[in-house]
Amino acid sequence: MAQAEIPYQEAIPLHDPHTWITKYWFSQDHKVIAVQYGITAIAVGLVALVLSWIMRTQIGFPGLFDWIDPELYYQSVTMHGMIMVIYLLTAFLLGSFGNYLVPLMLGARDMVFPFVNMISYHVYLASVIILMLGYVPGMEGPTGAGWTLYPPQAILTGTPGADWGILTMLASLAVFIVAFTMGGLNYITTILQARTRGMTMMRMPLSIWGIGMATVLGLLAFPALFVSAIMMTLDNVLGTSFFMPAINSLEIGEDYAGGSPLLFQHLFWFFGHPEVYIVALPAFGVVSDLISVHARKNIFGYRLMVWAIVAIGGLSFIVWAHHMYVAGMHPYFGFFFATTTLIIAVPTAIKVYNWTLTLWRANIRFTVPMLFAIAFVITFVVGGLTGLFLGNVIVDVPLSDTYFVVAHFHMVMGVAPILVIFGGIYHWYPKITGRMLNDTIGLWHFWITFIGTYAIYFPMHFLAIPRRYYQYDIGESTILTPSMEILNVSITLTAYVVGIAQFLFIYNLIVSYRKGREAGDNPWEANSLEWCTPQTPPVHGNWGERLPTVHRWAYDYSVPGQERDFIPQDVPREAQA
Amino acid sequence: MAVAIVLLIIVIVSVLLSFFSPWQFTEIASNWGHIDNTVILTFWICGIVFALIGVFMVYTTWKFRYRKEARADYEPENPRLEWWLTVVTTIGVVAMLAPGLIVWNDFVNAPDDAQEVEVLSRQWQWAFRFPGEDGKFGTVHVDNITLDNPFGMNKSDPNGDDDVLITDNTVHLAVDQPYKIWLRSNDVLHDFWVPEFRAKMDSVPGMVTYFWFTPTRIQEKPYEVLCAELCGQNHFQMRGWVKVDTREDFDGWLAGQQTWAQMQAGVVPKSYSPLARRGREFAESTGCLVCHSLDGKAMIGPTWLDLWGTERTLADGSTVMVDEAYVVESIRDPNSQVVEGFAPAMLAYDESTVSDADIEALVALLKEEVSADESGATAPEAPAEAPTP
Repeated sequence: MAQAEIPYQEAIPLHDPHTWITKYWFSQDHKVIAVQYGITAIAVGLVALVLSWIMRTQIGFPGLFDWIDPELYYQSVTMHGMIMVIYLLTAFLLGSFGNYLVPLMLGARDMVFPFVNMISYHVYLASVIILMLGYVPGMEGPTGAGWTLYPPQAILTGTPGADWGILTMLASLAVFIVAFTMGGLNYITTILQARTRGMTMMRMPLSIWGIGMATVLGLLAFPALFVSAIMMTLDNVLGTSFFMPAINSLEIGEDYAGGSPLLFQHLFWFFGHPEVYIVALPAFGVVSDLISVHARKNIFGYRLMVWAIVAIGGLSFIVWAHHMYVAGMHPYFGFFFATTTLIIAVPTAIKVYNWTLTLWRANIRFTVPMLFAIAFVITFVVGGLTGLFLGNVIVDVPLSDTYFVVAHFHMVMGVAPILVIFGGIYHWYPKITGRMLNDTIGLWHFWITFIGTYAIYFPMHFLAIPRRYYQYDIGESTILTPSMEILNVSITLTAYVVGIAQFLFIYNLIVSYRKGREAGDNPWEANSLEWCTPQTPPVHGNWGERLPTVHRWAYDYSVPGQERDFIPQDVPREAQA
Repeated sequence: MAVAIVLLIIVIVSVLLSFFSPWQFTEIASNWGHIDNTVILTFWICGIVFALIGVFMVYTTWKFRYRKEARADYEPENPRLEWWLTVVTTIGVVAMLAPGLIVWNDFVNAPDDAQEVEVLSRQWQWAFRFPGEDGKFGTVHVDNITLDNPFGMNKSDPNGDDDVLITDNTVHLAVDQPYKIWLRSNDVLHDFWVPEFRAKMDSVPGMVTYFWFTPTRIQEKPYEVLCAELCGQNHFQMRGWVKVDTREDFDGWLAGQQTWAQMQAGVVPKSYSPLARRGREFAESTGCLVCHSLDGKAMIGPTWLDLWGTERTLADGSTVMVDEAYVVESIRDPNSQVVEGFAPAMLAYDESTVSDADIEALVALLKEEVSADESGATAPEAPAEAPTP
């Protein structure tokens, strides 16, 4: 795309907000919206944290508390999963990082459609509220169908929340997708149209590549979930049979016929697998930037990193049925989906190599964001490699539906992206607030979270027992050996500690806002444009009269012959040396 | 420095744990040793990659930690290295994928001499069907399902008459005999999994799925069947047993099981008082009998046979008399007084689902669900004064 002489946002007059409401609540400023998304996502994440404690308490100490009955257990499993995947990870990585970084890193004043962007957040907030309606007294609890919501089970009485819980869940998802679509169209259009002069696509930081590609995936994948949510709602409310075959549930014949439970699974995973990369790609991008900045070295193999993101994004649409190897689909699908799934390992491995190769002959500052980035890499390596077990169809047969799967996806798309979220918050908090987060608390938070989650999930791979079991020891059963019981107790205790450490983080966020050390404009000595704003925190419109001009890529660190070990993107070529 | 040390510890502990893990697969008892081999192959390749990357990170984080006077290298790209890594990775992936697909090809093609067995799953029990002497399964449909016909057998299909039906969660199989397992579900998704056999597959309502295996090891204790696909609130209680026998023992066991024809002939409708009959109908139509049997067998909940008026020990050690008050409480707030040996798994039913009148009918049913006579014979017998409907 040819770069316009004057980026068109430079010519558009800005309407500054005047009231508290338009400034902080119904704000059109991408930075405020980013913080709104972030706070909401963290709040809902805390709910998911408490739910995980409920689950782990039951697994670690079965029968200790009467009030954790199977109903509560399955509801907690379901809500924890859905909250973490959709309402925290997707919302934070795209809603918060996406909103904050896209305009600032590209040298834009704001998103291209600020009004739509504002609506996007409030619709997201509505989806969160609808999701939580299941907990309101009288609604008989949220659904306990598992986050995959597989029919027929999800809408039958043998599952908790079969009357209202499943409906609020489906409604909330549909509303969330509306919010995501409004935000997503904004990110894509802004990336394509509102880059400042000199900011070519191949000069964009990898964070933007990750966020942009993830958004493309989201815009193409979420409609499949939207359709499934609507069809399942119709099956439930009007008694249609999209996903419901003729069945006899709990000795009662139901008036369904001709629907296909497998159809739902295909639709769900057509969304669900790209969803993994909707979460992973922004994390890949952000972590690349964190590693490069704090290692004082350019990211290794930038162009290959970009093409790897694009390749992973494309391939992510033809691997979905690897979630369904033992679901009863035509067995020949196994050959195709195992092959595509293992192919995707190649570009993914390249990304890992390039992160570690960036550390080679670097000059690594072990700041808190860098620690989180390194922790991400090792966690992601474990989670990625165990994905090769599950992606290879025959190897998946004994492992599917066991704790190996739980361990795998928590490492690869639970803990790994969350470590990046933490790293990103420690990294950009100084830009957002003008103050540094407290390092001591940050270090405690880091070490407990990193070592704790590793201690939880690495050994969990060895637990060859079924997942989603409220209780193992029943009658003559011997599946749970004494060593497994010990492991379950250890995992539960570690989960308590890791959970508590997150409150340290929140305390840090609150206290440092007032008491943190002054950050200055560019505390990390980083190159990308968000560190070149005239004010910190950036004001409405970000750049003042004139938008910045970009002269180089974002990774000119430790360029030979230079006095400083970094050259920001807006420094002209002739000015160097 | 701390980073490098912690990473080193993590790599070492991870590797050691992988070799000396106290948590192992169960001992294999089927022909699927090749599945284990593919797992082991993948484990080695991935383990080596993990160790290499881990050690590399330990080295770089130790060697290249920040020093004020130091400068990082400036090396944007190295196409040769990048190509080389891509090729090596591709080779590693092919080395895992190719053998995997070969074994999968075995997995999806059952041998010709495999015997067919049907596994019927429903919330939350297992049932099994052998095709009988004609080697053909009778046709089925969910519309035919009643309490006396849990398989939904089609009564007009003669192929079904000699089908052997087993409804008590336990099946026997002959050792070294390949079995093609047909999976069916009456209600929701389930998954038939015996960890020792390695193989598993979902059963899906509205369609029939399959997998195959050959049991190869006889052991004293039957193998436990687990449901591996979330199937509702009592998913975790959906267990069954597979006993692997010698061919002779298996033939003897199978000969002792009821065929569909025998089962139909043996059904004698039991006589109840009008109120108890209403209770029985209500229990059938509401789903009580999914978890509570009327024949003395403990299922997910206690049996109702000979329950009335007895003293039961609860999970907390106290005792309770089964009377009207206890029955009411067990329906309205079922998990407050759970009998020892059972999980607090029952849903609470309020007035809108189970009315007080319904409870009265259920109580009448309980009073009449007693073993037929002192000698312990269970053949139902009509009381002399039974009212005619």
